Amino acid sequence: MKVLTLNFLTCAVKSCKSSSDSFPLHPKDAELAKDDVEINPQLLANVLPRLDWNALRTTSTELGFPSLPDQPPSPEDLTADEKMLQELHSLLMETQIMEGKLVCGHCGHEYAIREGIANFLLPSHLV
Amino acid sequence: MAALPSSSAATAVARLNAAATAAQRDAETEAEAYERTHVHGVYQAIAPHFSATRHKPWPAVALFLHAQPPGSVGLDVGCGNGKYLGVNPAVIMLGSDRSPALVALARSRLGRPDDAGIQGVTKIRSEARSAATTATSTDAAGSAVSTGQGGGAAISDVLVADGLSLPFRDAAVDFAICVAVIHHLSTRARRQDAIRQLLRCVKPREAGSGQVLVYVWALEQGASRRGWDEGGEQDLLVPWVLKSQTQARAQKECRHGQATSKDVNTAVTNTGGETPSTATASAGEPGDTQTAGVASQTDPVFKRYYHLYRKGELEEDVLAAGGVIITSGYERDNWWVVAANGTPSSRPEQ
Ligand SMILES: [Zn+2]
Repeated sequence: MKVLTLNFLTCAVKSCKSSSDSFPLHPKDAELAKDDVEINPQLLANVLPRLDWNALRTTSTELGFPSLPDQPPSPEDLTADEKMLQELHSLLMETQIMEGKLVCGHCGHEYAIREGIANFLLPSHLV
Repeated sequence: MAALPSSSAATAVARLNAAATAAQRDAETEAEAYERTHVHGVYQAIAPHFSATRHKPWPAVALFLHAQPPGSVGLDVGCGNGKYLGVNPAVIMLGSDRSPALVALARSRLGRPDDAGIQGVTKIRSEARSAATTATSTDAAGSAVSTGQGGGAAISDVLVADGLSLPFRDAAVDFAICVAVIHHLSTRARRQDAIRQLLRCVKPREAGSGQVLVYVWALEQGASRRGWDEGGEQDLLVPWVLKSQTQARAQKECRHGQATSKDVNTAVTNTGGETPSTATASAGEPGDTQTAGVASQTDPVFKRYYHLYRKGELEEDVLAAGGVIITSGYERDNWWVVAANGTPSSRPEQ
């Protein structure tokens, strides 16, 4: 599962969705892999406004990546800063969690990731 | 029955909600158990065979996907083998499905690196590959997702989730599609809840954004040979034969054994309502050879539950789920609707 995808995910439990603690989910025991994806500055610029930047900063830190700036870079920033472009591309588009868990900060439920696929099916008592 | 105006549909839903009792929770549990047997279990069992017969996108779905601006992020809820994930390579698709076996197939189509691991998964992947090699040239062309050029398809992703408990945050994405999925839910409340979930995940309605495409099998199939049409039974068990060289017969049964099985005197094929090939064109598709070795005794038959939508019913369900209709139509035995979130005041209390 890509780091980008994680930015769109929250806990599958209905009663968790109203809690700010359920987003972002927290990776645990994460094994990472890196895809080789051609860099596409335009796509990155289009995607950035669709992200929750604060959640991405949290995820980046939790996965051991360098801390991100307080504010998302503008398209101009990205053009001017090749290193920033490269780092964001690598984090969002290329980095995958292959094995591990995603933990909800509200209910504590752990969702398994195996073979790069996260499983959000809930046990019946949580549905 | 004429389509209900939205206010009365909303009132009806409010009344239903108010009447929620322990008995209804029991009914919900029963519905879940029923779908586990007659939907989820079946797709897990037939995944590679099913996948091998699913290549061509429905035209209305392809049109909808191509209308999304570059860089948009969209959901494909019930993505199956992921055939829609690469239709518009300029958008990023997040696919989810209830079946882990189908999600594994979808992921392998995305061309993600294999990390040699659990044997079962590797096996499914190799079956998918052999199915692709035996496909006709047109099918083969459509069977892999183009991931080159660093487009959105290269970063599309898949995960396992239930459509009634989607793990996406509110208003997370620009659009969503849900093709041939909602007709597998066995109560109207659950079908409407599935639509409500889709609407929850998309952004508020804006010029061309925040749209949800829902596509379901129609009751009115006068032009097909399945024998179903207006006025007929809407809740059916439709057989899937794991070796479709055998001429399958359409069996029509009411749910929960309320009526005895009635054979429909027309041939039915495993294409179901989900692929735009004709009944005859689907015979002898690549899945057959791939599963021939598995079916050593008699060919296993799996029965999938379907609710066939009558004219106007899908629109009623969208309204009851708090949505508004943007456009709707009929395409080759299916009803479809493009919906968006209604104004907050039109949403039923919950
Ligand atoms: Zn939770």
